[in-house]
Amino acid sequence: MTASTLDVPAPTGTVGEPVLEIENLSVDYGYTDDATHVLRDVSLTLHRGEVLGLAGESGCGKSTLAYAATRLLPPPGLITSGSVHFTGRDGQRTDVLRQSDAELRASRWQDTAIVFQGAMNSLNPVYRIGRQIADGILAHRPGMRRKEAWDQAASLLEMVGINADRLRDFPHQLSGGMRQRVMIAMALALDPQVLIMDEPTTALDVVMQRQIVEEIADLRERLGFSVVFITHDVSLLIEIADRIAIMYAGDIVEDAGAQDVYRRPRHPYSAALLHSFPPLRGERRELTGIPGSPPDMQKMPPGCPFAPRCAHVTDVCRQVRPVLGPTALADRGGREAERSVACHLHDADLEGIDGTLPADLAR
Amino acid sequence: MRFAVRRTIFYLITAWAAVTINFLIPRLMPGDPVTALMGRMQGRIDSNAEESIRVLFGLDTGASVWQQYVDYWGLLLRGDLGLSFTFFPTPVSEIVQQALPWTIGLVGVATIISFTLGTGIGVAIGWRRGTWADALLPITTFFSAVPYFWLGLIAITVFSVTLGWFPSSGSYDRGLVPTWSWEFVGSVIYYGFLPALTVVLSSIAGWILGMRNMLVTVSSEDYVTVAHAKGLPERRVMVGYAARNAILPQVSNFALSLGFVVGGTLIMEMVFSYQGIGYTLFQAVNTQDYPLMQGCFLVITLAVLGANIIADFVYAALDPRARQEG
Repeated sequence: MTASTLDVPAPTGTVGEPVLEIENLSVDYGYTDDATHVLRDVSLTLHRGEVLGLAGESGCGKSTLAYAATRLLPPPGLITSGSVHFTGRDGQRTDVLRQSDAELRASRWQDTAIVFQGAMNSLNPVYRIGRQIADGILAHRPGMRRKEAWDQAASLLEMVGINADRLRDFPHQLSGGMRQRVMIAMALALDPQVLIMDEPTTALDVVMQRQIVEEIADLRERLGFSVVFITHDVSLLIEIADRIAIMYAGDIVEDAGAQDVYRRPRHPYSAALLHSFPPLRGERRELTGIPGSPPDMQKMPPGCPFAPRCAHVTDVCRQVRPVLGPTALADRGGREAERSVACHLHDADLEGIDGTLPADLAR
Repeated sequence: MRFAVRRTIFYLITAWAAVTINFLIPRLMPGDPVTALMGRMQGRIDSNAEESIRVLFGLDTGASVWQQYVDYWGLLLRGDLGLSFTFFPTPVSEIVQQALPWTIGLVGVATIISFTLGTGIGVAIGWRRGTWADALLPITTFFSAVPYFWLGLIAITVFSVTLGWFPSSGSYDRGLVPTWSWEFVGSVIYYGFLPALTVVLSSIAGWILGMRNMLVTVSSEDYVTVAHAKGLPERRVMVGYAARNAILPQVSNFALSLGFVVGGTLIMEMVFSYQGIGYTLFQAVNTQDYPLMQGCFLVITLAVLGANIIADFVYAALDPRARQEG
């Protein structure tokens, strides 16, 4: 794997400087009054050079968040409020949701590239893969000649470990893993700063999953882009992500460093989620799973959406929806102060909350 | 390349089977042409003449079916389809040759226009589904839902009889000599306009609906979203990614309908008294003119086969998955 002909830029800026800031983003499905509120005031910040994992059960709004932040939401999805600020390499800050169509088109793929869920369907079956990589490049580099774009496509393919003579293949001539590599190569064609990966490994077998994940980690190290990695596979996230945001029923319920979430979950849902898959290392423990099922988004209960399934539920949980805030243990300082959680158990000022966390949330 | 060879062999076998069936069917039918002719003439031919007619038709040789089959192929390869009974002694090939260009010209052009226009409109309203453009669908569907003869008669009533814009029947001004002059060609177009218009009107809804629905389906494919995400211009996404894939089923339907062009739109040719092959076949059936029927069927069969070949190769050119070998 070489990137000989690609000029690899040194990662600019330091980790910590925000590159994509999603603020109070709300998304409805449907245009009428009884529309389903799929995302409610979701805020999330992606920092430069960071791998941010977005985890949660199916249907909790992970993909919707990614699609909304890139304005690719298919109808009847509708962004009702919020802003998505993108900060370029030159430090210029633009609100993606308020860009004109032409500006949006020009910034797509250059600023934020996406690798979609289905490796099988992401490539146009009637065009050669070289052409599909090249047309994305040409759309943003009007002066470039076709030949140059194809040459660049060739080096991109080599970068993800596919022989360049595969350029003239059609998608159906490639295996699933190769197609996903092609998609990754395509996404990196314009050297984007943010790469959103929507369950990029779901359709692949475990061996291929590992290869792809390692590929991504390796490329990020060299090219210095930031990644939003969406998956329901929390064990995978713990390995690849720097930070993890756990989503539940259209809300982010916990946002913290990957190891912190793994070892010291602060939200009952995160804790339950971590108990529902076997750890790769460490002592044996019993898998419990989470009783019940996610709430119907069309008839959301007034309080915490997790309340009906929560082991530590209190009266206030059923009435007031918690918002993302500091943990009860924030005075421990350090990394603990940086994490946030949306749970009433962490708010000692509330009536009926005594301020002492259950043992499994206070590790 | 192997694809082309394989398809060619397949079509040669199909053509052979079609010709053989075309040969066998009249011989399996009860009665024979001579008795049919005698019956039709209702005693106006003396029964003693039966033997002469038999000789005249070449049915006296007593050759085995196999020998007839071999002879049939021999004649066929020389383009000899026999003599028509109705237009005796005009050769069938001549009659077909006279009728075919009219049908192909009129219905063929109308079908191409209908396909091109319908597919284009289908793309446009499929891409902007849910807007006012969808209102076009019920209108066009209405025209294809009403019986064709009624549409044709209404067109004649309105445009020929009431408004007097177009002639109501025929294929060119009988006062002109058929040559490749501007005047004659203009006359053909003038006479053909109304029938072509009705053919287009009655068939366009199918193309619009087919293309629109395919486009809506394809638009939700991941690769279309990817094309959007790549920041390609809207038109490129619509044409190169959505329409390019949505048109594939349209193409095979188009080739099939081109095949049926030769079958002629019998009703159109009757309503407008147009001298096409559908009308000829109709006459042949009416007068039990076996050689002419057989000739018409053969031409239609071969045309459908030819259209299928075109469909196959066009499809292979458009869809790389179709030309995969193995």
